[in-house]
Amino acid sequence: MQTAKKKTAVVPANTTREISGAVAILEALVAEGADTIFGIPGGASIAIYDALYDYGDRLKHILVRHEQGAIHAAQGYARSSGKVGIALATSGPGATNLITGIADAMIDSTPVVCITGQVFAALLGTDAFQETDIINISGPITKWNYQITDATEIPSVLAKAFYIARTGRPGPVLIDITKNAQLQLFKYSGYTKCNHIRSYRPKPIVRTSYIEQAATLINQAKKPMVIWGQGVILGNAELEFQAFIEKSGIPCAWTLLGAGAIPSTHPLNMGMLGMHGNYAPNLLTNECDLLIAIGMRFDDRVTGRLDLYAKQAKIIHLDIDPAEIDKNVAATVPVWGDCKETLPLLTKLVQYKDYASWMATFARYQQDELEVVIEEQLYPGTGEITMGEVIRHLNELTMGEAIIVSDVGQHQMITARYARFNHSRSNITSGGLGTMGFALPAAMGAKYGATERMVIAVAGDGGFQMNIQELGTIMQNKIDVKIIVLNNRYLGMIRQWQELFSDSRYSFSDLESPDFVAVAAAYRIPGKAVHQREELCTAIAELVAHQGPYLLEVLVKREGNVFPMVPQGYSLSEIRLK
Amino acid sequence: MSINITEGNSLREYNITVYSENSVGLSGRITGIFTRRKINIESLNTSPSEISGIYRFTILICQSYCVTQKLLRQIEKLTEVIKVYCHTDEQVVWQELALYKIPAQATKAARVDLEKILRIYGTRAIALEDNYTILETTGQRQESKKMLEVLSPYGLIEFVRTARIAIIKESSGFIEKLREFEAGS
Repeated sequence: MQTAKKKTAVVPANTTREISGAVAILEALVAEGADTIFGIPGGASIAIYDALYDYGDRLKHILVRHEQGAIHAAQGYARSSGKVGIALATSGPGATNLITGIADAMIDSTPVVCITGQVFAALLGTDAFQETDIINISGPITKWNYQITDATEIPSVLAKAFYIARTGRPGPVLIDITKNAQLQLFKYSGYTKCNHIRSYRPKPIVRTSYIEQAATLINQAKKPMVIWGQGVILGNAELEFQAFIEKSGIPCAWTLLGAGAIPSTHPLNMGMLGMHGNYAPNLLTNECDLLIAIGMRFDDRVTGRLDLYAKQAKIIHLDIDPAEIDKNVAATVPVWGDCKETLPLLTKLVQYKDYASWMATFARYQQDELEVVIEEQLYPGTGEITMGEVIRHLNELTMGEAIIVSDVGQHQMITARYARFNHSRSNITSGGLGTMGFALPAAMGAKYGATERMVIAVAGDGGFQMNIQELGTIMQNKIDVKIIVLNNRYLGMIRQWQELFSDSRYSFSDLESPDFVAVAAAYRIPGKAVHQREELCTAIAELVAHQGPYLLEVLVKREGNVFPMVPQGYSLSEIRLK
Repeated sequence: MSINITEGNSLREYNITVYSENSVGLSGRITGIFTRRKINIESLNTSPSEISGIYRFTILICQSYCVTQKLLRQIEKLTEVIKVYCHTDEQVVWQELALYKIPAQATKAARVDLEKILRIYGTRAIALEDNYTILETTGQRQESKKMLEVLSPYGLIEFVRTARIAIIKESSGFIEKLREFEAGS
């Protein structure tokens, strides 16, 4: 066995020597602390891959089966680790295959740097083989992008790319590098990290007057409610957030991507917001007298009908992105800034109050939801297996310690509602874009981003098939990802909408799937299918205990619905329990 | 950004001034912010600014105050945009340049008329060729509109008008602001 080599750059930083653009790219990645890259080589990135051949001791490259797998893996890596994820693709189709994941990273504020190969600079604009104008294509869905045509630009542009991707409100950056620049030799004088761009202000300046105004509103409130989003996690402000709610004693609820910022079992945690969120926080959004929104962006799936959203309440909005303030919901007091900085300032000024009667209102609605929805979902007793009871068993077996990566649809909502998270960065899912096919590759990336943690992908039968090819990546790299396919033989959420709003006209939502266990077996991934309730607990225990990748298919209730539900276009007050 | 515009939801003209780095593709990113909301840009001009290396976009839109505010913040969020300002027509001095090509025989046949036009409307003749004449006006929308009416009897061959450019009455220049950004404050 080889001893681990010290992770230093190949090229000493203080000497000037000639290196290729391709080597300069890898030097930049090493200098930025990258350890894992997800990608596939192609004609316009072959020079980078040639250089990568000598960097095996410093950069782990995971060969995916499709570029969409690479970008989702990079997202999963970023979400579980808090570091910048990296995807590497060639020009043309390689680059365009990244697009869905880039859009996903943009709307979910995930820091990723995508490096795409491009045709020779001399061929740009000539419809050359595998040429595509990826800069224009990716423009609206990247935080920044840039095309490099000369190798000398590589160190400074990549330094900017990493700086922009990870700072402020994070997001995806795409750097397109022409083949001539990859091959070009130039005098390299080391890599300098970027920490300032004059036209880019990652964080707005904190205005103490707004903090004071916000504190006054909080101290005067009788029925306040905190709603938080992923901003708390992206800002590494979980402790600051917990300190704030504990000092003030204010009940709080989370958006889909905010889940896990504080433990699911925290006594002030009132559950999930939005279309399939919990009954109490949705109804009470329209009854509270003060809404304190922290690192969330009032997505339409959270607000329901906007002109009937929290009209009775004053609104305090804490956000790092000034463009989010007043975008959907007008703020009474805008608290611009990084919540890691603003929350402690606010905590200092707020007083503890006992909101016993207000909390009792939450408890009453929680009881309603428990009786009508939750009992039946988690403890059905007879009939077909429900998605909820699968998640309940998973909670009991993992004790809330696992990272759960869910796909998109009914199972995603059920997972978000019922999965227990003890730690931040445990809930990974495609929120804003709702990208089916996200879970499997994102779970691979999440595992590389948090190697010591158990990673479980939960997907439906529809979404699982949208990036099913990544089973090959899992096989080749023996990635320890547990996969649960909740199979209801439908595109379940679509079927639910068709049942509720289109007179059960199941137009093209009925799905015939392959034998998933046999497919996994073809990739030499062991697995099991469960059809009976009696087998379920043991089967999940086997999955959790298994060393290495494993697939468990559970045949679940064919026409199960996710409730509560706020129908699209309706006010939160019209939330339905059935 | 400066918020010195009267509140309201009614549509009116706003002159947006964007100070930015000079970078390839930025105009596409800026226009994308309007087009994704299906908002028409009435006119867009890019030019150097009072500071070397800093570019200046002048964008004219007809929108409500509320929507305009959201657009401004999204433009300012772009990495290469330094600062965005927004003003009503009353808060800026603005001009457009227009060129008109008419047949030479028309001007020959009505020489006196043409001289009168030049005098009355402050129009300049900038090219007198054998078969055509090119006239130029600088001013506001109603001036070029009027000229089109006046010249139409002579047979207008070509007409073109530039985007609006605007100078902010109250601005004392961008250099101080830029220093703040360079210092990272």
